[in-house]
Amino acid sequence: MFNRTAIAPLEYTRKLWMRSWVGLTMLFLYAPLIVLMIFSFNDSKRNVVWKGFTLKYYEKALNNDGLVEAMVNSLTIAFLATIVSLVIGALAAVMLWRFRFPFKGLVEGTMSLPIIVPEICLGVAFLIFFAKIDWPTDLPWPLNLSAITIAHITFCFPFVAMVVRARLASFNKEEEEAAKDLGATEWQAFRDVLLPHLKPSLVAGALLAFTLSLDDFVITFFTSGPDTITFPVKVYSMVRFSVTPEVNAASTILIILTVVLTFIALRYQGVKGISDAH
Amino acid sequence: MTETKEPIIQIRNVSKRFGKVTAVDNISLDIRAGEFFVLLGPSGCGKTTLLRMIAGFELPTEGQILIDGQDMSLVPPNKRPVNMVFQSYAVFPHMNVTENVGYGLRISGVSKGEIRDRVAEALELVKLGGFEDRMPDQMSGGQRQRVALARSLVMRPKVLLLDEPLSALDAKLRAQMQFELADLQDKVGITFVTVTHDQDEALSMASRVAVINKGEVAQLAPPSDLYEYPANRFVADFVGSVNIFEGTLTLDEPDKAAVDCPGLGKVYLNHGVTGPHGANVWIALRPEKIYLHVPGEGKAVRAAAQDAPDGHNLARGTIKGMSYLGDITLYDIQLEGGQIIRVSRPNLSRHDQEDFTWDDKVSMHWRADSPVVLLS
Repeated sequence: MFNRTAIAPLEYTRKLWMRSWVGLTMLFLYAPLIVLMIFSFNDSKRNVVWKGFTLKYYEKALNNDGLVEAMVNSLTIAFLATIVSLVIGALAAVMLWRFRFPFKGLVEGTMSLPIIVPEICLGVAFLIFFAKIDWPTDLPWPLNLSAITIAHITFCFPFVAMVVRARLASFNKEEEEAAKDLGATEWQAFRDVLLPHLKPSLVAGALLAFTLSLDDFVITFFTSGPDTITFPVKVYSMVRFSVTPEVNAASTILIILTVVLTFIALRYQGVKGISDAH
Repeated sequence: MTETKEPIIQIRNVSKRFGKVTAVDNISLDIRAGEFFVLLGPSGCGKTTLLRMIAGFELPTEGQILIDGQDMSLVPPNKRPVNMVFQSYAVFPHMNVTENVGYGLRISGVSKGEIRDRVAEALELVKLGGFEDRMPDQMSGGQRQRVALARSLVMRPKVLLLDEPLSALDAKLRAQMQFELADLQDKVGITFVTVTHDQDEALSMASRVAVINKGEVAQLAPPSDLYEYPANRFVADFVGSVNIFEGTLTLDEPDKAAVDCPGLGKVYLNHGVTGPHGANVWIALRPEKIYLHVPGEGKAVRAAAQDAPDGHNLARGTIKGMSYLGDITLYDIQLEGGQIIRVSRPNLSRHDQEDFTWDDKVSMHWRADSPVVLLS
């Protein structure tokens, strides 16, 4: 207590109990991931006790054709689902914001249904739906991923719409009117004024959709065929036999991939822009 | 001189209804070319709706708007020869000053060289030279407004519409911008149509003012007429401050008239009113047109009030409220009948405000041409 300046009310970082709390939270959140990453270098088949450093499981993972294929599938699906949900979600948000029409509340509610409905129900629903309409399963790659991609778009685009909608609330409609007043057509006003305003929310929405799609297990499990294994489903099937460092290695690659992607997006947009979207 | 010019905007029997609410109720008025026209009214009176109909952002439910003789009913906002300065300025936040001002020219396909010249010229006009590369979030409200002004002026519109242009500025800047806007209008010669709820703004800038109340034109007149010859109680009360007394017209001849006001006493005028005899009328008396005297100055007061043919415009009361505003002092005086009358007195010398204080008994007089008789 001596020789210390007084701690101002908002200087939380200087309070010991606050620092320990933050530390504990971080530990709780990240310890499993860190353990997973460390054990990917473990030189042991069972992967229970540390036996020494090795990179051989990375080699093994990258040489495991099934795993690589699943990874490529997952990334392809995530990429396609993100693009399509971005377009549908943004358009839906703009429509709900701009226009008045009958049953608007109903449309709005129905649209966010995929967020609320338990994934397992959605999964079963998709399974039955695709079976009933005889959706072809023997198409060449990447068309054989269409069922999963469609399912992913269904639960991703409401999130995009939600983020874009929140951003639209802060849009000054007079800016759009000003553009039209200066001679802009509807499209020019959209492109030059509304779209730049929405950009941060589009980036945030895309990130959200991408990660949601990439790590989805339940819905994918119900919509994937024998030839369309995604990464989470593949990992699940591998884990059923034993948790080898190979799984850890593959997961680590995926984590690094998503972190890098997020980092690029943040760098491109600025952290402020993305937090502005909410 | 503006009288002879053609109306640039003709508003013909225009009504606008939003559901059951009538925002604009059968308004007809002409705005002449080169005019500084102000639409003045309280919030929600329909003045902004009218402006937005001229710009094309709202369509009239009934009636027609003609700009430069052309019916605008089917012309969308981006094709109208008018430009608007929005209340929020609506400067594009992701474009710098040059891009903002040049936007209209760019999308209408003007060559790059011409855009550069015209943008520079417009920025010079609104005194924003040197701000070319600034982003809007690095500018003050006043500067952003200048960007919005330049962005509209650069399009060389036939009419410039301004929606509450000064409402977001602080008092000093507002006073300065009032002059600058009037000056600018003089320089560019474009017709300005401004919407405001601020009567000072309207009086200081306008060549003509339309006072709007509940979607209708209450009076259309030059500023001084509006103040000195209000057409009805609404205008008298809305433009400036005023004392209004209800009374009966008891005498009405070509050169004199008298109104019996229960609250104030008999009010004499040195001109006729041409109202029906015995009619219920209202007397409007501006605070600055009433002279204050301490009792005992009786003779001087009587002499001063002698200009009415038939009697003296006199009243007595007790000071119940005072507010010292520096240049003037306002007094709320309770008349013998109990009603309160407001009087303003210029502080011509440094100690004038000390002449009167609370609960002083005072006499008042006013000239016989000061009261305005209102029939509605």
